[in-house]
Amino acid sequence: MLDFTYPRYKVERDPNQCIQCGVCARQCANEVHMVDTDLGRVVADHKKCVNCQRCVVMCPTNALAITNWPQVGNGSNNWNLAAMQDIAKQAQTGAVLLSSMGNPQHYPIYWDHLLLNASQVTNPSIDPLREPMETRVFLGSRPEALRINERERKVVSPMPPRIKLDVPIMFSAMSFGSISLNAQKSLAMAAEELGTYFNCGEGGLHKDLEKYGNHAIVQVASGRFGVDMHYLETAAMIEIKIGQGAKPGIGGHLPGEKINDEVSRTRMIPKGTDAISPAPHHDIYSIEDLRQLIFSLKEATHYTKPISVKVAAVHNVAAIASGMARAGADVIVVDGFRGGTGAAPARTRDNVGIPIELALASVDQRLRDEGIRSRVSLVAAGSIRNSADIVRAVALGADAVYCASSALIALGCHQCQACAGGKCNWGIATQRADLTKRLNPEIGAERVVNLVRAWNHEVQELMGGMGINAIDSLRGNRLMLRGVGLNEKELEILGVKYAGEQ
Amino acid sequence: MKRIYAIPEWCVNCRRCEVACKAQHSPWPGNIVKAFTLAGDEIYNRVRVEGDNIVSFAANCRHCAKPKCVEGCISGAMQRDPETGVVTSDPSRCVGCRTCVSMCPFGAISVVPAPSGVKSIALKCDLCGDGAGAPGEPSCVAACPNRALMYVESEAM
Repeated sequence: MLDFTYPRYKVERDPNQCIQCGVCARQCANEVHMVDTDLGRVVADHKKCVNCQRCVVMCPTNALAITNWPQVGNGSNNWNLAAMQDIAKQAQTGAVLLSSMGNPQHYPIYWDHLLLNASQVTNPSIDPLREPMETRVFLGSRPEALRINERERKVVSPMPPRIKLDVPIMFSAMSFGSISLNAQKSLAMAAEELGTYFNCGEGGLHKDLEKYGNHAIVQVASGRFGVDMHYLETAAMIEIKIGQGAKPGIGGHLPGEKINDEVSRTRMIPKGTDAISPAPHHDIYSIEDLRQLIFSLKEATHYTKPISVKVAAVHNVAAIASGMARAGADVIVVDGFRGGTGAAPARTRDNVGIPIELALASVDQRLRDEGIRSRVSLVAAGSIRNSADIVRAVALGADAVYCASSALIALGCHQCQACAGGKCNWGIATQRADLTKRLNPEIGAERVVNLVRAWNHEVQELMGGMGINAIDSLRGNRLMLRGVGLNEKELEILGVKYAGEQ
Repeated sequence: MKRIYAIPEWCVNCRRCEVACKAQHSPWPGNIVKAFTLAGDEIYNRVRVEGDNIVSFAANCRHCAKPKCVEGCISGAMQRDPETGVVTSDPSRCVGCRTCVSMCPFGAISVVPAPSGVKSIALKCDLCGDGAGAPGEPSCVAACPNRALMYVESEAM
């Protein structure tokens, strides 16, 4: 049967602008463009286009734009074109649909329903350009009570290991294999420059990144790739990855084609073999088991490094977080369902998990209700899009945020959701040498540093407007938030009042 | 003086430098569409990307302190400006003997038909910027998306 899967996109080429230089043809790893010398023009194979926009950006004469394929649906909201295309693909192949990046569906984005406060008359706002404004954050556990020897001016209580962030933003886990070494290098260099941390993900720490160890968070995930004593000792913090917001309950699968020499060495697996991360850790079936792993890692590193545990935001995340805190985790990371991934079954990505805003609010509230909030630090992840999202996350109770999608966008990512194909034209989600060299880490690091510096300035401005001069005073300060367009239950879970309420 | 350096590690073979160079040396500098549409086959790029998507670099004149091309030029077309250090070729004096081409250790000189078609002339980078040899970023460097062409101060070679 002739297939009825249509191209998703159409390449629009302005014939008046096109000079047939062939930049688009040389830059497209999907082989969409071709300079046809017989026809004397550049032709496109629309079906191969993933809308990564590399050609659009690189075209020296701005002759290109990508549009939707003009085919319309039948007018049904139920059997729309996308739903029918998915069925056509599965009818052809019998395969699970794969996609990448975060949940793109029309679920509410609660950040956009939370408004920030500002000072007027009765309390002064602060100008961050004229007065000190603290955005430094420490992550890790805290002592039960702080005892100080006032005569010697020394802290007497033993302080648990912590890491210091100059900005409340870290780069979330993206493994070598799922992204290129140049992408990891860009983030590592940026983290060092910014005084914050990058997370090398579950694929091991490449030897070129070991010099950034003081700014590295290393992951111990269900596949245990690249984990040895050297790996644990190099890092500033160790993270146990239980789940990922984009695909809760699902493991990982890095296809053998992406396991080249370097990835193989870093992951400590044979070249060309599939790297399978099982869905569960096979040694963790309870909070007690998690406690064993946490303390194994603490013991191995002589209690010198904080241990974080990352879970996807799911229905009972608050109870799980409470268990994690009691199991000895120093940092709890909650990853919402809009968080990205290099590859996930599309149905999982689009339908599993809950929004980070609700998860964060309920975790923070639960830990506070149980009186254990101060034992742990809380990090929110899963699509932090701008500085206002950071301020909202901190006001809902986060100590810091993890961002990855936004950092990748700074590196050139256009969120085309084709990471799994391994032909990323921006040199990010690929291991092909001709593509990875398109990302010069020197440029990448500069751009990420610019982005985070700009965000930090904006965080300071927003805090100053509220009359707050330290991010510690904003944390969990939900009076600084007001909801709009939310129902009673949503307000209750978020712990915020409605706009206009005193 | 500032010179252009090609970094093969970061060259992505897009050849935007070639496009920019071609337009810059057309009667419509800066207007790529006009340059390519109106000048047709009459304009040439002086920077040339060698290689393919795997390994490539932009071959370009190094503006040597003691240029072999100037040494070998039999007609005095190839000159080095003693003040700016920029090496240029004067098309009106070039006789198309190709001595410069064979003497250049970097393969930076190409020979193209003269506009009249009666002889060939040597073409090479004139370190364009705000003007030939004037300070300002050359058009190829400005067009490079990945810093594979760097315009930096360097010692005399």
